[in-house]
Amino acid sequence: MSNQQKSLLQVRDLTTTFHSKGRVLRAVDGISFDVRAGEVLGLVGESGSGKSITLRSIIGLARDYGTVEGKVYWKGEDLLSRTEAQLRSIRGSQISMIFQEPMTSLNPLLTVGLQIEENLKAHTELERAARKARAIELLDMVGIPSAASRLKDFPHQFSGGMRQRVMIAIALASNPKLLLADEPTTALDVTIQDQILQLLLSLAKDLNMAIVLVTHDLGVVAQTCDRVAVMYAGRLVETGSVRDVLKRPQHPYTLGLLKSVPENIPPRTPLYSVPGTPPALDALPQGCAFAPRCMKAEDVCMKTKPPLSVIGEGISSACHFLEVAREEVPA
Amino acid sequence: MTQLDTLQATTPQKPKLHPRVKALLRPGFLLGFFILSSSIILAVFPGAFAPYDPNAFDFTAIKQPPSWAHPFGTDNLGRDTLSRVIWAYQVDMQIAFFATFFAMVIGVIVGSLVAYHGGIADVLFGRVVDVTITFPFLVLVIAVVAVLGPGLNNMYVAVTLVQWVYYARLTRAEIMTQMTNDYASAGRVMGYSSPRIIFRHLLPNAMTPLITFWMTDMALAILLGSSLGYLGLGAQPPQAEWGVLIAEGRNFITTAWWMSLMPGIAIVLTGLGFSLVGDSLADVLRPRGAS
Repeated sequence: MSNQQKSLLQVRDLTTTFHSKGRVLRAVDGISFDVRAGEVLGLVGESGSGKSITLRSIIGLARDYGTVEGKVYWKGEDLLSRTEAQLRSIRGSQISMIFQEPMTSLNPLLTVGLQIEENLKAHTELERAARKARAIELLDMVGIPSAASRLKDFPHQFSGGMRQRVMIAIALASNPKLLLADEPTTALDVTIQDQILQLLLSLAKDLNMAIVLVTHDLGVVAQTCDRVAVMYAGRLVETGSVRDVLKRPQHPYTLGLLKSVPENIPPRTPLYSVPGTPPALDALPQGCAFAPRCMKAEDVCMKTKPPLSVIGEGISSACHFLEVAREEVPA
Repeated sequence: MTQLDTLQATTPQKPKLHPRVKALLRPGFLLGFFILSSSIILAVFPGAFAPYDPNAFDFTAIKQPPSWAHPFGTDNLGRDTLSRVIWAYQVDMQIAFFATFFAMVIGVIVGSLVAYHGGIADVLFGRVVDVTITFPFLVLVIAVVAVLGPGLNNMYVAVTLVQWVYYARLTRAEIMTQMTNDYASAGRVMGYSSPRIIFRHLLPNAMTPLITFWMTDMALAILLGSSLGYLGLGAQPPQAEWGVLIAEGRNFITTAWWMSLMPGIAIVLTGLGFSLVGDSLADVLRPRGAS
């Protein structure tokens, strides 16, 4: 890795396991990736592929309910070795997070003004009046009309999209350098989704903030991300720039995902879907987790896990038959 | 933007009658509120309402049935039952408060902490709960009072020692429910301290069932206080306390029924007041936007 200096966040061999009734479930299985300053990284995968757990492992929430191993370097420092109290100075000020469900991610009993100011109180030296001014500025920045008069409103007086904007305002109050976004638009209407994504993008640009965007929507990735990492059953199967991955997917799984996005399809034709379902965490195959659903799978796929290997500039893929996959790429 | 602004300006900001105010105007709450506030007034100024000295003997008027001079009759020593019932408000309302308040405070703090931090403390707490609720409540309280000695203060200690477990259990469950909401995680990823998350974010959202339970518990505390008074383990005669009054009337129940009945009615009424208010508060305090 030549660009280690430029990386803001380096995740190395992150493994998160849950212990349930004597069994060990690997939700995240040794994944490594970098996030560079100011870039938008999309983390894509089906439900249960470990995307959200990866985010929660990075910020230290996952260790409440599981064992997190590996390294997460933030400015050269391993976050995983920090205690909860030591993490507090980083959380919310340098790394922030927004959630999927804007209906529950705000405290229903406090006004949005108080909730924004709470972050400022925790991480800045601003006085009361300055905090209020900053709160108005933030609400304005995330596109809430007549911001000053809405500080005293409670979350239930806002619509879902507006609440997500408020949540973004809270998360960005102390100018974080990295925003972890856990499916921030999944619970919203399609039109609102687009607004929120555009907002996130423009904010990321203005504030020179990196975003890790967890989503299961490849359309969102194509629209917003610089790079993409595809997850399957807790492992990364493919990473690379959005351009490369979407244009020339190397891994059969990525290919399957792309084929299942309906595009230029006449009405009433059956939609393509990847056959089968993702494996349960307690029944992961010995070899490649995708092998049972893969059309290219051969004996070697059933026996050994393919490593994530660099196959081009900034592109890595984890498949035994990359050439085979490459042949299948539509022009 | 301008369209939006005008739209907002013309939309009325608040309805005329807030739904919470509406909930408070129901007959159940009004009746409960009336009973409770009268009880509190009687408890604070018993002298202003009691026609006689509650402890003054009058051997010319022994076991008089209810009359205009003595609306609730008189007891075997000629004391005015109405005055004794009124003076007892002071003691019984005090029991309602002190026998529940400390238990609630301790229970809420312990319950919140074990719910949030979990781990070994939570396991230990679970065992304590199991042990405590296995014993019948009254038996446990009586056992503690028996050790400490009878009297009001020891009764408060005994009830608090047992009752906090019930508040803690309820609080723990409520906090756990609240913790599944993203705002709890959000508080953590914003870097707030755990006391702040627990007491500023989680607990206020978990308070509604606690306040309702507290109201019910105050009604039960009055019952418990009277029961212990009746058994001679709570308030001590000649102090006027409803349970003590009922106990005093026990031997004369066939000849002077009013001695026991009147304080009994006071217990029922006050308990009803607490329950009605508790019920209505449960509706009013339901989190905003949940209707």
